[in-house]
Amino acid sequence: MATDLQNPVFTNNSEDVLAGRWGMVIDQDICTGCQACIAACAMENNIPFVGEVDAGYGRSMHWIRIERFWQGTFPEVKMTPYQPVMCQQCHKAPCEPVCPVFASVHSDSEDINLQVYNRCVGTRYCANNCPYQVRVFNWRDYADARQRPELVTLQNQLNPDVTVRRRGVMEKCTFCIQRIRHVEDTAKSEGRGIKDGEVVPACAQACPADAIVFGRVDDPTSKVSQAALTSRGSHLLEELGTLPNVTYLAGGSTK
Amino acid sequence: MSYAAKPLALPRAKEEEHEDPREHLMHDPRPRGEMNDMMMESMHSTTWKYWTATGILAVIVVTCLFYAWYYLIMQGLGVAGVNRPVYWGIFLVEVVFWIGISHAGTFISAILRVLKVEGRRPFTRAAELMTTFGLVQAGISVFLHMGRVWLSYWMIPLPNERGLWPDFHSPLMWDFMAINTYLLCSTMYLFLPLIPDMAMARDRSTGWRKVVYRILSLGFRGTEGEWKNLQTAMNIFAFGIIPVMFSVHTIVAWDFAMASRPGWTSSVLGPYFVIGALHSGMAAVAIVLFLIRSTMKNMKYFLRPEHFDLLGKLMLMVSMAWAYFYFNDYLVSWYGGDKWEKILQAFTEKGPLWFLWYIMLFCNIVVPWAILWNKKWRRTPWLLASAGLLINVGMWLERYIIIPESLTINRMPFTWRLYVPGVEIALTIGNFAFFFLLYMLASRLIPLIPVWEVQEGQESHMLRKIGKANIPTLSDME
Repeated sequence: MATDLQNPVFTNNSEDVLAGRWGMVIDQDICTGCQACIAACAMENNIPFVGEVDAGYGRSMHWIRIERFWQGTFPEVKMTPYQPVMCQQCHKAPCEPVCPVFASVHSDSEDINLQVYNRCVGTRYCANNCPYQVRVFNWRDYADARQRPELVTLQNQLNPDVTVRRRGVMEKCTFCIQRIRHVEDTAKSEGRGIKDGEVVPACAQACPADAIVFGRVDDPTSKVSQAALTSRGSHLLEELGTLPNVTYLAGGSTK
Repeated sequence: MSYAAKPLALPRAKEEEHEDPREHLMHDPRPRGEMNDMMMESMHSTTWKYWTATGILAVIVVTCLFYAWYYLIMQGLGVAGVNRPVYWGIFLVEVVFWIGISHAGTFISAILRVLKVEGRRPFTRAAELMTTFGLVQAGISVFLHMGRVWLSYWMIPLPNERGLWPDFHSPLMWDFMAINTYLLCSTMYLFLPLIPDMAMARDRSTGWRKVVYRILSLGFRGTEGEWKNLQTAMNIFAFGIIPVMFSVHTIVAWDFAMASRPGWTSSVLGPYFVIGALHSGMAAVAIVLFLIRSTMKNMKYFLRPEHFDLLGKLMLMVSMAWAYFYFNDYLVSWYGGDKWEKILQAFTEKGPLWFLWYIMLFCNIVVPWAILWNKKWRRTPWLLASAGLLINVGMWLERYIIIPESLTINRMPFTWRLYVPGVEIALTIGNFAFFFLLYMLASRLIPLIPVWEVQEGQESHMLRKIGKANIPTLSDME
């Protein structure tokens, strides 16, 4: 296989780790826009609260957002389906080659775009080059309880599997990589493969309408592959050729 | 009806009759010693006005630049106006602006030296200093911009303890290399013609100045061999720095052109940025020369209206070239009809910041074209400097439109959001103050006019009396 010079590739040479492409399907027709996914994601991934002022100025740090639009002019206004947008985990991600310090890297074994917080120096080029605008930046030390006394007790609910980020660092949706790893480890110790539906990211777990389906897209029998292949499926900004791993279902009856 | 007798041609204006058409050759040479003393006098004389101005600038630098920077580092970028989607704000505007300013110094000095344009002689030094001082501001702005500036050394192309190099795919790495190369080359290019002047100053000063000048003059004595080596080295650098100069701003443009964003992805952005750099840089040279001429002693001898005339012509030419490139860039995205480009253009021209676009076009095109076509106006230093100031306002706004304004619009309309600058305003003021402070200090430490170059020019161009006319002649020195 020819080396793709566009993407810095970190090959996982360990045979223990299963190589697999993870993907997600979001059914916009059954999404109710309840934003439970946002809350669950924030709890799972230690996403700090930025406060009213900063959130109003476009600095909220949620890794997933629900986009809502309307059609038409005022009296005849029609809502369009809710559109939850998180990192699309592009196969050819525009954010990766522009990072000068390899903080935005492609994980070959999961086909996920990962952010190495420790390496990030905060040039924010990746966020500019992301056509989906899903990268979020730590504009201040939002998670530092020494600076924000109201966080002292809230610190107890931090997820120990996820790094707490400091100011000046870019971050983004990881498809809950810590959950993928946990299931991989469990399956390995039990001497079996990963079952379809065993890995559930926080957003999918919290979704009351089951609008979010997660799984292996390289396995044609998985639930996510079946859903992605229906005629209702599409990708965001498909024309850019970023090959996202998130498929949106919209239009037509449910299921 | 009566007819008045009219002369066939209007009598020539009196001042034109006395005007030397080749004034830039400075055909009133003074003895070498006297000229050197004039230069030294201008470096030594400091008035209370000078110290007041320097003091105010220093206070502004300490508060607006260094204290504000400390505050920015300690609090994080939240104190600036950057947000999603405008991740790059005035910091990057400043980077591009100051690199642009730094371009004219090299352009004027190197290209005019290579082409042997006589009029360049008195103002090459001031222009070259602008390159170095401009790059200092650009470098500071890069560091201001970074989220974790204390780790900026990670961008130095050396492998870390795990053998990981920086990513050379990233345009920011190209930028890092290009700016460093340019800073190194332009500093050496500034230093080479400075050596004879340092030696001159060494022989005419005492105390700590003598020590400094002795070190900086590298033991230059003025022998034939030393001059020959110096000329060779300067020649190599003058030719070599021109491609470096072009590459630097092209690479700065690639930071934007390589990103897939409406308004940025454009193949003409490289040369367009180079011309834009020259546009703002030339104008800045005019401002600096006007300030030097009107505030320092003896400078009216060295800097003549003829030199401003030459600069004005260059500014007009560059302004036309800039308009051509701007039109190119604009027409292709307008005619191309891409949805997002259309939205962005509508936002720039009719959005809440529409006036910036019109001010930009007025300052960059109307002002130079309206003022610089007239020889008399070009020869008026304050008028040329005012035009230069307006051009710089226009070019700063042009970068503002390219960076924070373009970033407002992206392909996910849900995230569109305006940018309101925060601490960047103080830092910008600090940057400008620091630039002028460096000039203030340099004006009393190093000769802002390369005296030896002026003398060389005067010696090679003599006035010979042939019949009743004074004819300038070129000796075979060059």
